[in-house]
Amino acid sequence: MTVERTPRLRVLPYGPNALLVECADHRQVQSLHAELLHRRTVGALPPVREIVPGERTVLLDGLDDPDTLAGQLSGWTLARTPDEVPGPALRIPVRYDGADLDHIARHWQVDAAEAARRHSAARWRVAFCGFVPGFAYLTGGSGLPALPRRATPRTRVPAGAVGLAGPYTGVYPRASPGGWQLIGTVVDIRLWDPHREPAALLAPGAQVYFEPVPG
Amino acid sequence: MTRGLLDVVRAGALTTVQDAGRPGHAHLGVPHSGALDQPASRLANRLVGNHFEAAVLETTLDGCSVRPRRTVLAAVTGAPCPVKVDGRPAPWGAWVRVPAGALLEVGPAVRGIRSYVAFAGGIDVEPELGSRATDRLSGLGPPALTAGDTLALGPPSALPPPLVEAVPHRAPPAHLVLRIAPGPRADWFTPAALRLLTAARYVVSAGDRVGLRLHGPVLARRTPAELPSEGVVLGAVQVPPDGQPLVFLADHPVTGGYPVIAIVDRRDLPDAAQAVAGVPVRFVQSSSWGQRY
Repeated sequence: MTVERTPRLRVLPYGPNALLVECADHRQVQSLHAELLHRRTVGALPPVREIVPGERTVLLDGLDDPDTLAGQLSGWTLARTPDEVPGPALRIPVRYDGADLDHIARHWQVDAAEAARRHSAARWRVAFCGFVPGFAYLTGGSGLPALPRRATPRTRVPAGAVGLAGPYTGVYPRASPGGWQLIGTVVDIRLWDPHREPAALLAPGAQVYFEPVPG
Repeated sequence: MTRGLLDVVRAGALTTVQDAGRPGHAHLGVPHSGALDQPASRLANRLVGNHFEAAVLETTLDGCSVRPRRTVLAAVTGAPCPVKVDGRPAPWGAWVRVPAGALLEVGPAVRGIRSYVAFAGGIDVEPELGSRATDRLSGLGPPALTAGDTLALGPPSALPPPLVEAVPHRAPPAHLVLRIAPGPRADWFTPAALRLLTAARYVVSAGDRVGLRLHGPVLARRTPAELPSEGVVLGAVQVPPDGQPLVFLADHPVTGGYPVIAIVDRRDLPDAAQAVAGVPVRFVQSSSWGQRY
């Protein structure tokens, strides 16, 4: 018999068709998100159009009866950590040649090779998406010091650039302006393609391993 | 009849292809998108015998002109405007036969902003993620029309034209009344701000497919804390640090970092999407106001 941890989920009203569930931290967000996907798969969740994880919340939109689900949510038992929940695993080859690699290495007080090794050794997981379609915020580099964004964002970051900001790493799905510190470039893989199913390889819950490719 | 082509003669200020949008992809960062005035786009489709979610043209303020290469039924709804076929006045809010090679002119909006132009068979551009809608925020769907573009039309249904020629359809209101329910972050605002929201009069200052910006008394926050990015719904009333509310429309970002004070009833959003700068806005509490979980 294990002692269940209090979920501490806070359900916030969001109009007649939605709920916003506030979690204690981003790990609980990932546990709740995995639980929601599981329940949807086995048919134990009322029809819902969107399940949108954020930094500290999960939005459920397109519900017929949010009040009833709100009442049930507080009784749910969630997996203790997101690592207990299996997600699809994806290997992404990366050439560690980013324009900010040296800056990142200095921030972490290591050399460039070691910065690349640390980034590729971490077990990353997609926490949520946003900014542009297919842009995923990955967490999991907990041992790595958080990096501030660039003081001046670049007006154009190429598609496939791997960046770091705060506790997150991410891959630019297409060329766009951006302020993340660039550590490398993905090789031979298109993370976002609206004409492919799935369009986004990095959907919330996906586990990601960055595999270093020699420059 | 088979597929046809439509030549764009005058694109107008902003004319886009729209349909029912691409729901179900918000977790990937994809906005809902789709026609801002859904009742108008559905009506236009019904008038020409299309499925109500077929792709139509959505104009902005000054209409557009197109020339179909085959004879086609068309209908213009939404913002009322003059309609002409080869220079001759034609009805708005009713189906019109446009002969092959004739010029269909959709004039400037007399009231409101967005007119909808449906063609039998629908606009047949390549769908992306299940929708043909142009998404101005994320760049999905076809780009906005430019003069000289050619668009494909789908094969019209075998059904005869609808029995009705026109349907009663009211023009966009001169005053906007938006019913609201409490937002998830209503408690981030002062009690005075919550009272102001429904007591004060706001005015539309600007608007696009992403949202409607309002100007009026500042909605003061109880706390200056930073809000971690969270999911946002259609109709959310977001309040940036300047205290001026913004109502999210179809191309709104799927997550946002400013607190949402209230949510506008979906039924009032088509009117919101037709509100020009200067239109007065009043928020009223919907029946669910005050209920907390």
